Amino acid sequence: MISLQLYKTLNTADGDLPLDVNLTIKNGEFITIEGPSGAGKTTILRMISGLLKPEKGHIKVDDALWTDTETGYYLPPQKRKAGFVFQDYSLFPNMTIEQNLVYALEDKHDADYVKEVIEIMELEALKARYPQTLSGGQKQRAALARAIVRKPELLLLDEPLSALDAEMRLKLQDYILKVHRKFKLTTILVSHSISEIFKMSDRVIRLNKGKIIHDGSATNVYAKKYISGKFRFTGEVLSIEKDDVVYIVNVLVGNNIIKVIETDNHTAPLKAGDKVMIVSKAFNPLIIKIGD
Amino acid sequence: MIDLQPIILSLELAVTTTVLLFLAGVPLAYWLSENNFKFKPVISAIVSLPLVLPPTVLGFYLLVTFSPAHFPGNVLQEVFNVRLIFSFGGLIVASMIYSLPFMVNPIQSGLESLPLTLKEASYTLGKSKFRTLVSVLLPNIKPALLTGIVLSFAHTIGEFGVVLMIGGNIPGKTRVASLAIYDEVEALNYHNANIYALVLFVITFLILLSVHIVNNKFLKSVRF
Repeated sequence: MISLQLYKTLNTADGDLPLDVNLTIKNGEFITIEGPSGAGKTTILRMISGLLKPEKGHIKVDDALWTDTETGYYLPPQKRKAGFVFQDYSLFPNMTIEQNLVYALEDKHDADYVKEVIEIMELEALKARYPQTLSGGQKQRAALARAIVRKPELLLLDEPLSALDAEMRLKLQDYILKVHRKFKLTTILVSHSISEIFKMSDRVIRLNKGKIIHDGSATNVYAKKYISGKFRFTGEVLSIEKDDVVYIVNVLVGNNIIKVIETDNHTAPLKAGDKVMIVSKAFNPLIIKIGD
Repeated sequence: MIDLQPIILSLELAVTTTVLLFLAGVPLAYWLSENNFKFKPVISAIVSLPLVLPPTVLGFYLLVTFSPAHFPGNVLQEVFNVRLIFSFGGLIVASMIYSLPFMVNPIQSGLESLPLTLKEASYTLGKSKFRTLVSVLLPNIKPALLTGIVLSFAHTIGEFGVVLMIGGNIPGKTRVASLAIYDEVEALNYHNANIYALVLFVITFLILLSVHIVNNKFLKSVRF
């Protein structure tokens, strides 16, 4: 059980903003923090890991006190059993992947554990390579493995998948879930992707301007807002072509170009570069499985 | 036959100064890169002072400071029986102060250029600040370390004003190659001056060349 109460002033682009959160997290829970940038998501992770001090508040993990500003107690990050996976991976460029993992060992005689983690994370083929020769997904897998080698009780993931392509994301989500379950971790993930949140979390904390505005299961938090009888996509107008009496509007949604046929009076206010929303009543959606 | 003693002395001085300065410069550079305090600009300015100060000014103050006639020179002399003026030990101390910015500045900017998360990752893996410095930070700023070492070495070999002021140009003791050149020219021995000058020129050029070759290779292999 982790209980935390944190207060800190954030310096955002819109001026100072108080971050004020109060949370209780059960052991073994997979919790996602979501919210717009500047809402204080990363700040919370950094304060839990001890890389940042709150102005006021306390963090208690099981019976151990990690931070208490009232008594001035502050456990250094080195002593906190929290694995941190950074958005930029932060593998040490001067070490191979295996050396990165060995470095994280608490007890040098525990080398077998590194082997085990390498096996679980399927890093065997990459272990002799240096980080700068790996792809983004491979680096993130190695960074996750390194955090695990430390045997943390708490795993903190700061948007670890945001720089990866869709296929790689799916794979890494599976790795994260695998280690979360296998090592019985309590995991806190910062993420923006709704599908990721639905797939992975037991609980979602929605943060806005330093405050928790929703706290609950993914379905509870998102159902009303996002799931409806309509498909709704936002995109950008690429071009508008005239074809006989109709216009074909090419809209970029994610990585796909969608052609929408429109009549003159609809296209009149549109021009290339406009942000638009495509809405469709989905009476008969087809679901087709892609890949594995 | 030309006397090789000044060249040997120059090399001895440069090696000793560089080794000691490295040991002192790394902690100082680390301390400056880690901390931000009110008086940091003052410390930084003092460290950089030898870059712009005429060597004779520095040499003059060191001469006064270490002279047994005043404090702290008299304390050194009476309590520790150490006399830093007109001695090789004094040359080393003076050279360390004179070359301080050449060691500290590259290492400090090297440390400051590393991504912050590198050391944070090490801390969250349970490693101390010292272990992080030795195993993670320093190995990733090898070009900066090399630059610091080589610039300090080359700068010490080439110094003139400071060693003249504090060393006093004593043959076999404090007469280094740069001073020997001056002596030979004064005595109109252009041949000998030319040999000393050429040796210094070749040594410093080769050192700088090797640094650029090594750094080029390192920069190609590592990207953050």
